[in-house]
Amino acid sequence: MDENTPLLDELEKGPWPSYVKEIKRAAKKNKAAKDLLGIQELSYKDKVTHWKHGGIVGVTGYGGGVIGRYSDVPEQFPNAASFHTIRVNHPGGWFYTTKALRQICDVWEKFGSGMTNFHGSTGDIILLGTTTENLQPCFDALAGIGFDLGGSGSALRTIAGCVGPARCEWSTIDTLNIVHDLTMEFQDEIHRPRWPYKFKIKASGCPNDCVAAIARADFTIIGTWRDSLRIDQNSVKEYAEKGFDIHKLIVDRCPTDALEWDEKKKELTLKPEDCVRCMHCINKMPKAIRPGVEGGATIMIGGKAPIIKGAYLSWVLIPFMKMEPPYHEMKELLRKIWDWWDEHGRTRERLAELVERVGLKRFLREMGIKPVPQMVFKPRANPYVFFDKK
Amino acid sequence: MGTTDIGPPDYHTMLPGVIKKNYGKWKYHEIIRPGVLKHVSETGDVVYTVRVGSPRLVSVDFIRDICDVADKYCEGHLRFTSRYNIELMTGDIANVDKVIEAVKKLGLPVGGTGACISNIVHTQGWIHCHSAATDASGLVKSVMDELYDHFTNMKLPALLRISVACCINMCGAVHCSDLAIVGVHTKPPKVDNEKLAAVCEIPTTIRSCPTGAIRRHPDENIKSVVVREDLCMYCANCFTVCPAMPLADAMGDGVALYAGGKVSNARKPPMFSRMIVPYLPNNPPRWPEVVDIIKGVVNVYAEHARKYERMGEWIERIGWETFFRLTGIPFTEQHIDDFTHAVETYRTTTQFKW
Repeated sequence: MDENTPLLDELEKGPWPSYVKEIKRAAKKNKAAKDLLGIQELSYKDKVTHWKHGGIVGVTGYGGGVIGRYSDVPEQFPNAASFHTIRVNHPGGWFYTTKALRQICDVWEKFGSGMTNFHGSTGDIILLGTTTENLQPCFDALAGIGFDLGGSGSALRTIAGCVGPARCEWSTIDTLNIVHDLTMEFQDEIHRPRWPYKFKIKASGCPNDCVAAIARADFTIIGTWRDSLRIDQNSVKEYAEKGFDIHKLIVDRCPTDALEWDEKKKELTLKPEDCVRCMHCINKMPKAIRPGVEGGATIMIGGKAPIIKGAYLSWVLIPFMKMEPPYHEMKELLRKIWDWWDEHGRTRERLAELVERVGLKRFLREMGIKPVPQMVFKPRANPYVFFDKK
Repeated sequence: MGTTDIGPPDYHTMLPGVIKKNYGKWKYHEIIRPGVLKHVSETGDVVYTVRVGSPRLVSVDFIRDICDVADKYCEGHLRFTSRYNIELMTGDIANVDKVIEAVKKLGLPVGGTGACISNIVHTQGWIHCHSAATDASGLVKSVMDELYDHFTNMKLPALLRISVACCINMCGAVHCSDLAIVGVHTKPPKVDNEKLAAVCEIPTTIRSCPTGAIRRHPDENIKSVVVREDLCMYCANCFTVCPAMPLADAMGDGVALYAGGKVSNARKPPMFSRMIVPYLPNNPPRWPEVVDIIKGVVNVYAEHARKYERMGEWIERIGWETFFRLTGIPFTEQHIDDFTHAVETYRTTTQFKW
């Protein structure tokens, strides 16, 4: 088989683990994986994709979760002529027992190509490549081991969050619980696309934002705190004694000049009113500095990649919201946003694009949210203002 | 019909014992060596995490191999990170070296912590996507082979996140990465009139174009559209809506490179990545032109940036003019924005560097 894929064989060399080796491994047991290798080699030769546009396939009761995919070279590679993907929703925080993983592997070996992504960019387990006939039995088998489909199309996409309080001291919110709770509450929205376009929710436990929620989620939940960060002066002294240059690397790098360093006393003090909770000092001195105890989240909206009107970073909607199960306030807000977007959004218009088109002012009014300075970097500079025409 | 809407398994059932016991009680952590984290709890408990690089596109046997390691040393639990790394956790420090040895035997690197280049977030590419303008897995492999040492050590000024998207849909936080590789088309769609009449809605297709380049076909007898090529910037939104307008072109497709984005709020607020190279041809299997420039930029950054300075923070401090001078990358008319938020990027000050 090696002699048939001279271009891909190049990618078996080198120190980084090779996905080509992985496809070859699957190809030994599975004809579809073998043909996937052939199609990929052909793409490397032709410099174009050999996958056709879409194709509506699915499982009973669901409007999404399966991505239909057909090759444009079915005669040449009949075993991968249809090569659909199944998106499987993950347990919060991407923790697994080996038992659960082995069960997924067994199901996929039986019903699919044996190739997977752990994970897709949005957070699903991606089962890559099966036939139309195998979709339903594969889904049934997955349900049998306690797994369900993720989102696709114009639906709520699989919700993801960082490792959070499970193994991180910085998380001011329970990201795993938020992800799981919202996922269970909004199963219908995930599984049955009915909106203008996709909608993504991501939760990061602190402003470091390890799941890139601010860049990638229409509804962004980022942990923060209302009180002051906590400084343990004994640990500060330990850092100083070990030669860590607190003045240069921490105090001078504080973006709002909120820290003071007493070289003689080896004491670090915070001017809490100047701190913007950026995480720099906490990141660099994790033994000495911690987030405050009054935790909650900043709720932001609008993050997305360029299609169609350009990329957006999420902007502040609610500067601080307490995050306690069952998260009524947040769920209510989500439902309100979806209703409004569904009513006014054009086809393939993401939330940020709609809000930009009609104005943040109108959006806030219709959500019943009071404007606050934390929502903007600065007020407007132009004098072209709408007032009520009464 | 089977059960529907059961949702994913409850995460509680997946957590290792030491995680369950110390959930929300973690006090601090340290990186005891590249790829190994030590988290200490208020209860006094400790968990060690070995972070392992993965190609992401893997066979079920790869997952089983990792499970074997987790069964042996990690009480049958493991997790994955948002950058596709595998994390093997144990409360017993004696197991750390054994885990490392076991994964190395599988040919997998240990690293991805601290001031390093972690795994590359990427998309499907020619493996599975109909709209891909380049391959993703092959680019990742080619770049990571060259930057491998930056995964396994922590010698950069700050962490450096690289992403690959095989088209400008950018599945993955490509638009906010320190370095980003993005598949681009450079030729307008080729309209298949016959197919279009059969499978596409003409008004939806016209409306899909953000620059208004798609018009009704002037011949009333032809139920199709025409593209004003001077207005097309090859975004492929029309192709997503209407399969009869493919843009893929072996000679025209390639990649663009972006730099300086981040999502973290540490020090400076999150930033978008900015174009550094508008186009490089697809040159599989190894994309040498792309790899050379990425490697060059990483080296210049490593040499010039201050400790803790992310790529974008460094560029902001030295100025884009200095960035282009130091890296030797030519600045062209394509670097100047002419889309929706272009004016924000024009310099409205006399402050610059020579």
